[in-house]
Amino acid sequence: MSGPNSEYDPVEVTPLRADQVEAMRDAALAAISDAADLDALKQVRIDHTGDRSPLALAKREIGALPPQARKEAGQRVGQARGAVNKALGERQGVLEAEHEERMLVTETVDVTLPTDRSQRGARHPITTLSERLTDIFVAMGWEVAEGPWVEAEWLNFDALNMGEDHPARTMQDTFWLEPSKAALVLRTHTSPVQARTMLTREPPIYVVCPGRVYRTDEIDATHSPVFHQIEGLVVDKGITMAHLKGSLDHMTEAMFGEGISTRFRPSYFPFTEPSAEMDMVCFVCRGENSEDCRTCRGEGWIELGGCGVVNPRVLISCGIDPEVYTGFAFGFGIDRMLMFRHNVADLRDVFEGDVRFAQPFGVEI
Amino acid sequence: MKAPVSWIREYVALPDDLSVDDLTAKLTMLGLKLESITTPADAITGPLVVGKVLTIDKEPQKNGKVISWCTVDVGDANGTGEPQGIICGAHNFEVGDLVVVCLPGAVLPGNFEISARKTYGHISAGMICSERELGLGDDHAGIIVLPADAGAPGTDAFDVLGLDDPVIEFEINPDRAYALSLRGIAREAALGFGVPFTDPADREAPAPNGDGYSVIVDDPVGCPVFAARLVTGFDPTAPTPGWMAKRLEQAGMRSISLAVDITNYVMLELGRPIHGYDADKLAGPLRIRRAEQGESLVTLDGARRTLSPQDLVVTDDSGPIGLGGVMGGDATEMSEKSTRILVEAAHWDATSMFRTGKRHRVTSEAGKRNERGVDPQVVAVAADRVVELLVELGGATADAGVTLVGEAPAQPVTRIDYDLPARITGMAIESEDVVSILQAVGCRVDADADGVDVTPPSWRPDITDPYDLVEEVARVVGYDHVPSVLPPAPSGRGYTQAQKLRRRVGLTLAGAGFTELITYPFVGVADWEKLGFAEDDARRQTLWMANPLNAEEPQLTTTLLPGILRALGRNVGRGNDDVALFEHSLVFLPSGTESAPILGVERRPTEEEWAAITKAVPNQPLHLAVAIAGQRESAGWWGDGRVAGWSDAIGAVRDVARTLGVDLTVRAAAVAPWHPGRCAELRVGNAVIGYAGELHPKVCQAYGLPARSAAAEVDLEVLIEHAVEVVAGPRFSSYPVAKEDVALLVDASVPAADVEAALRDGAGELLEAIRLFDVYTGDQVGEGKKSLAFALRFRAPDRTLKEGEAAAARDAAIAVAAQATGAVQR
Ligand SMILES: [Zn+2]
Repeated sequence: MSGPNSEYDPVEVTPLRADQVEAMRDAALAAISDAADLDALKQVRIDHTGDRSPLALAKREIGALPPQARKEAGQRVGQARGAVNKALGERQGVLEAEHEERMLVTETVDVTLPTDRSQRGARHPITTLSERLTDIFVAMGWEVAEGPWVEAEWLNFDALNMGEDHPARTMQDTFWLEPSKAALVLRTHTSPVQARTMLTREPPIYVVCPGRVYRTDEIDATHSPVFHQIEGLVVDKGITMAHLKGSLDHMTEAMFGEGISTRFRPSYFPFTEPSAEMDMVCFVCRGENSEDCRTCRGEGWIELGGCGVVNPRVLISCGIDPEVYTGFAFGFGIDRMLMFRHNVADLRDVFEGDVRFAQPFGVEI
Repeated sequence: MKAPVSWIREYVALPDDLSVDDLTAKLTMLGLKLESITTPADAITGPLVVGKVLTIDKEPQKNGKVISWCTVDVGDANGTGEPQGIICGAHNFEVGDLVVVCLPGAVLPGNFEISARKTYGHISAGMICSERELGLGDDHAGIIVLPADAGAPGTDAFDVLGLDDPVIEFEINPDRAYALSLRGIAREAALGFGVPFTDPADREAPAPNGDGYSVIVDDPVGCPVFAARLVTGFDPTAPTPGWMAKRLEQAGMRSISLAVDITNYVMLELGRPIHGYDADKLAGPLRIRRAEQGESLVTLDGARRTLSPQDLVVTDDSGPIGLGGVMGGDATEMSEKSTRILVEAAHWDATSMFRTGKRHRVTSEAGKRNERGVDPQVVAVAADRVVELLVELGGATADAGVTLVGEAPAQPVTRIDYDLPARITGMAIESEDVVSILQAVGCRVDADADGVDVTPPSWRPDITDPYDLVEEVARVVGYDHVPSVLPPAPSGRGYTQAQKLRRRVGLTLAGAGFTELITYPFVGVADWEKLGFAEDDARRQTLWMANPLNAEEPQLTTTLLPGILRALGRNVGRGNDDVALFEHSLVFLPSGTESAPILGVERRPTEEEWAAITKAVPNQPLHLAVAIAGQRESAGWWGDGRVAGWSDAIGAVRDVARTLGVDLTVRAAAVAPWHPGRCAELRVGNAVIGYAGELHPKVCQAYGLPARSAAAEVDLEVLIEHAVEVVAGPRFSSYPVAKEDVALLVDASVPAADVEAALRDGAGELLEAIRLFDVYTGDQVGEGKKSLAFALRFRAPDRTLKEGEAAAARDAAIAVAAQATGAVQR
């Protein structure tokens, strides 16, 4: 090996010859590409780029060259080292990727294993259905009104044009509270909330009142002493039955899809006049091919509930001038809608609290 | 109300080809709600014939039953003309009676095929039919015995029984009491199809005279009109003609005897209930008055009824002989021997009828009509129609005397403007339509430039208000013409905060694995016993129902625990081993002694009246309960499961409080139904909002729950009231955190929360967070002690902590904890 040469005359240094440097480089590149794994590559790195590697030694020789030859030799060796380092880096990347891939394969798990560490919860479908219904009306700008379950007799009956001797009062089998002079009942419908709303708010009134109601029915597949209604009340100037129909059509369409509208049949309720029963187009058979439809029993229509124009007598007892304002009201059963919309066969399931009933409904309906 | 189509058609000129479906569709749209259409023939295949019973041999059987082996003449209907041998279980017929015979090959409702079969030692070749077997009614106590003029043996029975005649059953609303008669239904059909109507009540009754049976009406308000007619020489053995028996059967009434059948028939025809007295049993004039205190009466149904001074009674010299308009008396009832019959047709005050019916718990066909309101003009004519039929069919002679006391009250006049129907219904209705429709309905209409003065027809006592007239106009125009228009959109404020938060509470608990349920609020003393409530527990003080469904559960619950624990037990009992339930519902707290006033309805309540109502309505706060049994986390390939316990109940409430942004304080308590050592009192500020923890072992046992089942109940209303309204935006430091762990030894009785509070107190402002991460009891800490391990995190808002700063703060925390709780660092 030669020492540094400060003389002018170039000294021929073998390892710096172009063919020699190329040979070193090619040997290194071959070793790199032959390295089968990261350990082998590590050895290749030491052998071909380490302090004692031929290219490192060659670099050291550059100083021994005459100044005018150093540049060319330096470039030559530098390029060779660059090519080797680049190849090393590339090979390192490839081998690391291969390594990682192998590692990940060994870490494979059975992703089909169950993940149910904790139980699933659910809200009651009566709650979620009730919310879904009120959402429709709240989106139209209405508000949600509520009232107590034990209610003053006057609000449950008298204020709604059902005086003591009103035949409709016997149609509703009422739970009365002790003592009878307390004049309290478990509300038989959500309608007292109408009266409460009119007594505590000024028109215009646009409210929907969902809630629990009570009648003295023994429980069976289609009856329960506790059930749920939703009631709508609008009192404003110029309100007509057409607005009632429009609101109900909007609700059934939002709930059951386009084209599911309502129809009215004349009926009787003390708190509305004119009164109507409302039916909706069967959402299963859409009123067509209805012979074998089990949802509407071939009627093409599903009975929904009652509605009508607020009886002026009710407006008067609640302090609203019927000469200025008119209104409409409607009400229907949430439990019944749950039964026909979701094909629930037995009302007892709704109230027994068996978790297998509510769980499939989840948190939305 | 059941109406045979053939009977309706008798009074209305309906098109011959009108189908029963089209008829009912029209009547439905006029307000007569369709209950059902029954055409019995649809479910029956013949041969079904008239048979004449020739012989009956009663044959007692080993099982105690007596069967009848009959031979019946069925003419040539059996192809042989020989008598048909038939076994029959009923006994309400005799030799010579005409009966309905179903021959082999026939099919009865329910796809019941009739064949000749061997039974009780005979070949029974067919069946003698009851009403129920033919689908005509529920009466199966006996077979149908046909009137003597029903037809010769072998006559096809379909026509005799009217099986081809559809019967429409209507559900009649209270405002359409006139439709509780064929007269009323036919009138509606005429209105609907615009065809002529023949009023069966349009007859000339003889003028009243002074020779009739003496009647004194003391209470003309209760009984405005009373007609009485006497017939003599009535043949009580005269049979009911077939056509009448058939119609009664179709209308759902049994044929009883000619005289009774006639009164029922006229009631169905005209809507006016009729009462017939055996005139020989009457003593002196009839007097109509209110009952006197202490009077009593045995009614037709055999019940002795103590009368109220509000009851209207018909009396003779013997005292009360009938509960006027509701039910006749036993003593003066017509019998199978009556030949002199006094016919009563009277108009009664509907409210009084309703009250008497309710007071005595009597429901009768007569009461049903009288309490809803009958046409007051149809009194004398109804009596006359009965007399006519008694004469015609029973060979009676009409007495010349005609009694008629009082007269029909005048109908009130109601005024409406022409535009009211359109303004209320949203339909386009012209003035002339208003007039013509009201006239078609039967009103007398006096029109002027702006509107009409309307006198409703006598059969419409329900029409009292302008809006009643609007409904009349609207139903004739047709509800199907009401347009669909959305009302103007109001500027609503959406859900209230409380309504929104309630929904979030439900979502929080559902997300935490709890399933919502809805329970009944009915409870009784057994529930308090199961819960282990002391005698003086405030939760036993409840509202009571006067008429509970179940006498064992007459109370309205003050707590959600009975319902949710029953449901928890039911789930466990059904094999749902791991259950977590929640319910949010109102509970009922007993009210004060105030009664809710019954106010008038002619004006808005005054502020004082309204305050009295709201004060009398009991407090009904919204509660939330959770209950858990079994495993809270399941065992699986990941390892062991975790059994639910007291901490899960408290944790559920904490989750809810976190959702609401409420700070919850937990302290030890001992309250039923919880385990006295595993019960937490939950506070918001100073208010106790409820309790949570493990259930007492006795309670678990009482409800069939596994040991360690847990529950919580809180006042959700208070929690929601305290919900955070505006969350302050956090400030946090990005300088490095310093972590210090501390293990402290305290007496087992010291609450961890107290130790934590003391540490927090002592650690100063640099403390960022503190968390209890381990609790150890056992040999290494000694009896009565526990070791609590806390992880403390320190950080400064504006700099990196200096070496030793965190340790100093930690030591300060320990010092305060030592002083406050006696804690010793381990
Ligand atoms: Zn359908």
